[in-house]
Amino acid sequence: MAARFLPSVLAAVAGGGILWLATDGAQAFTSEAARRLDVVQSPRQVPKVLLEDMMSRPVPLLPQAGEVVLVEFIYTVCGDICQIAAADFAEIRDRLQAQGVKARLLSVSFDPERDTPEQMAIYGDAHEADGIMWTIARPEKTALPELLGLFDVIVIPDEWGGYQHNAAIHVITGDGRFSAVYDTDAVEDVLAHLSAVQP
Amino acid sequence: MRMICLALLAFAEAIALRQAAEASPVQHVLVQMPLLVLAGVLISWDIRGRRVWAVPLLLTALTAFLFWMLPRSVDWALTPAGETAKYLSLPLLLGVPLRLSWPWLAPVLRGFLKANALSMLGVLGFLYTHAPLRICNSYLVSAQQDLGFAFLHLAVVLACIWAVPVLFGHPRWLPSGSAGCSKCGA
Repeated sequence: MAARFLPSVLAAVAGGGILWLATDGAQAFTSEAARRLDVVQSPRQVPKVLLEDMMSRPVPLLPQAGEVVLVEFIYTVCGDICQIAAADFAEIRDRLQAQGVKARLLSVSFDPERDTPEQMAIYGDAHEADGIMWTIARPEKTALPELLGLFDVIVIPDEWGGYQHNAAIHVITGDGRFSAVYDTDAVEDVLAHLSAVQP
Repeated sequence: MRMICLALLAFAEAIALRQAAEASPVQHVLVQMPLLVLAGVLISWDIRGRRVWAVPLLLTALTAFLFWMLPRSVDWALTPAGETAKYLSLPLLLGVPLRLSWPWLAPVLRGFLKANALSMLGVLGFLYTHAPLRICNSYLVSAQQDLGFAFLHLAVVLACIWAVPVLFGHPRWLPSGSAGCSKCGA
């Protein structure tokens, strides 16, 4: 009797187990959710990368002297989500400044060819990124794929000469590890996270 | 022999669609993936499955089906490892087990599976056309909506195909046992 049901039970258990593992315990059904979960569970070391800011100065991606770095990926002629995300980024900057939290905000262009320092300065002006606490920067073209790979950012060209990308706020903590991802409009969550890691 | 040739043809066609699958989720999910399943079904067309294995094989097929329905699997299928897994698992873990178990499934169970497939396509169609964000990081929002509408269209077509024999009896111009049931003695 047991022999009759055993193969079915085994198949059901194996199938359920595979699906459980494939969704990280029914927590992540999309690759975006999977990346966010993975980063929290195993933070990734950020390499020493220098970016070029809107005044053509080199800026480090890694946090300096115990600060926290917030990174979002953009391209300056983005028509929709980057503009809204930039407004939220500005709000985060203002509130961190008011709280006296040591943090640096970086809007990193994934289109370094088109986004020259002049172009980035226009974007910075439009969103009141003054280059002190928040600056716009671009990586070397050759360093871009590795950077996007590290953050699991996927950029695909859209129908209108622009791009679609999984926009988010990426947190690099003081120890130089990329350790959290938030929605671009999750202002409260980002602030709560920062006050938790940097009391 | 003819079936094996057709299976290889379906498999070759699926591989030929590699580029198209990267550009459009409709080609990926509703053309390439079904072709791979078809390859598995065809290659095992003349094999007679054993009754005791029907349920475990069906569960295997359902697992593979649910796995490849996950949006993150669709993204993963565009990476080298995921692509290999897709080419192997869709024919061998979905097509073959489905073909071997189907003739032994009771009509009620078949109807249940078909009804579930329709409602699932409907839910997915609604989700993909109305989701405010991108479900797959590898595809554009517009492509995601195309996929949603394709799911809905497919649901309507399948509903019509499956309803005709139920409502009007088995049409004479279709070979009897089109699902291969008579041959396998079910």
